[in-house]
Amino acid sequence: MKSSVITFPGSNCDRDMDVALKKFGFKNKMVWHADAELPKSDLVVLPGGFSYGDYLRCGSMASKSKIMQSVINFANSGGMVMGICNGFQILVETGLVPGVLLRNKYLEFICKNVFVKINDKKNKYFKNVNNEVLELHIAHNEGNYFCTNDQLKEIEDNNQIAINYCDENGKIEEKFNPNGSIKNIAGIFNKEKNVLGMMPHPERMIDTSLSGEDGSLFFKNLINNLK
Amino acid sequence: MKISVIITLKKDVLDPQGKVIHQTLDGMGFNDVNEVRQGKYFEIDTKETDNGKAKAKVEEMCKKLLANLVIENYKIIDPK
Repeated sequence: MKSSVITFPGSNCDRDMDVALKKFGFKNKMVWHADAELPKSDLVVLPGGFSYGDYLRCGSMASKSKIMQSVINFANSGGMVMGICNGFQILVETGLVPGVLLRNKYLEFICKNVFVKINDKKNKYFKNVNNEVLELHIAHNEGNYFCTNDQLKEIEDNNQIAINYCDENGKIEEKFNPNGSIKNIAGIFNKEKNVLGMMPHPERMIDTSLSGEDGSLFFKNLINNLK
Repeated sequence: MKISVIITLKKDVLDPQGKVIHQTLDGMGFNDVNEVRQGKYFEIDTKETDNGKAKAKVEEMCKKLLANLVIENYKIIDPK
């Protein structure tokens, strides 16, 4: 399986993602934002970081970079595109997934482990994951998911919520919501579910001695689903 | 020609920064403030000399980059 990780000026989780993808069997290529063409890929990843210093709105500048037109075309033709953290912010700015990510409710940069419940498994990202709940890491200042009421209705009608913040038993309540996101949303799909944006970093949970293994579950499963 | 744009958050969108500014003002003794909403201001100096054309271009900029219409409104201020 071939993957591509896009590096924007200010990306800082691109190498971690490269390590994670390779560990679980992807042949990964790093792609520079100013390139026009994507290499042949089964998966494209927009990594975390602070592209363009978060100027104007997080992800807004990166969403207009040269490579993004190819990424948008790839996604619109059914290609798998995953945006993590700043990558999620870039995805909402392109309009590939609905909504926006606002400043965290309590204005803090949040850096901690959280639990998320998988809401939908009828997609290539989470199909066959045995766990209902994953422990993943978040690190963000703007992860407060917001959308209009009409968008929320559409998202719910199409079952586009991917993961919600919860406790270790999968209970989704406001007190387990770290950043004020509507409905504890931590990640969403586009309508066709080939595009996934999420705030948590699975690439930070791939080593038993350093973190946890729930990211490993995610990547092992993902590559199997793509085969 | 210089054209200015003001971008504000829509009414129903939470503005945590505005809220904190409000609280701080309150703590400083400005007790009669009902609400504070923070926005953005841009000054765009364009080569275009036709007023109408320049405004139309800036409107396009607002829609495509300067504002995110899910959460923000934009207002173009007439050049003097």
